[in-house]
Amino acid sequence: MTVISSTKSPEALSLAIVAEFDAGVERVWQIWEDPRQLERWWGPPTWPATFEDFDFQPGGQASYYMTGPDGTKARGWWRFTAIGAPDRLELDDGFADDTGNPVTDMGTARMAVALEDIGGRTRMTITSTFESVGQMEKMIQMGMEEGMGLAMGQIDAILAGQPAV
Amino acid sequence: MVVDELCESELDRLFQAFADSTRRDIVRRVTGGGLSVSGLARHYAMSFAAVQKHVAVLERADLVSKERRGREQLVRANRDGLERARALLDDYEAIWRQRAGRIADILAEETAAGQGRETP
Repeated sequence: MTVISSTKSPEALSLAIVAEFDAGVERVWQIWEDPRQLERWWGPPTWPATFEDFDFQPGGQASYYMTGPDGTKARGWWRFTAIGAPDRLELDDGFADDTGNPVTDMGTARMAVALEDIGGRTRMTITSTFESVGQMEKMIQMGMEEGMGLAMGQIDAILAGQPAV
Repeated sequence: MVVDELCESELDRLFQAFADSTRRDIVRRVTGGGLSVSGLARHYAMSFAAVQKHVAVLERADLVSKERRGREQLVRANRDGLERARALLDDYEAIWRQRAGRIADILAEETAAGQGRETP
């Protein structure tokens, strides 16, 4: 199992999730630091992410969009609030409009990443906190494999005679 | 410049963690039934205004609602909001499980490829 534990707090709209990987801390850090690697895992296969600007330094911003099965683009931005290579990263995540400008009225979600060496392997702890139930709903829809994205993928797989992943 | 930003975000982070635990506590207290803001404020070593501010944040988050009763505002847990939050956190956990799976796949690729970097 990659994910070893998760803690949910509905009262604080927060989730802490702990995963372990068969790679060193420096290597796992790269999947955050390198936008080309990041976009291979951030979005689900049905909604892949593309990172455009990626200013990986404290106070720096990143902008990205996720492309749906019908070509719909959902845009977002990150602001790196703290970077302590190679084991600590904090960022704010928010929505952007069609031109990539931040939409501020939905607020931001905060994310903290901590990497820890466990005998040559890496333990990654992600803590996410949302501002409101409505914001959480919209953000989660953007990253969901379930819902429309997965439903369409499943239909495609059934039509192709393959089991849905 | 960078140092200032880091310090500020550190403070922010500490404040955030403190605020989160206070808010969690407020939501738990008003889950059993409505409480006035002044009734709530008695439980915390902070001003009435500070407690009111936390309640306002929770109200914006859809986790509590306020209703006027006489001269007092009664704070109640928003059960629908909390239920939705619970369901959404389950979805969000599923998203992270999938992400962790994809990360593991990327990391495994390179191990399998040995020294060389292969494109999938």
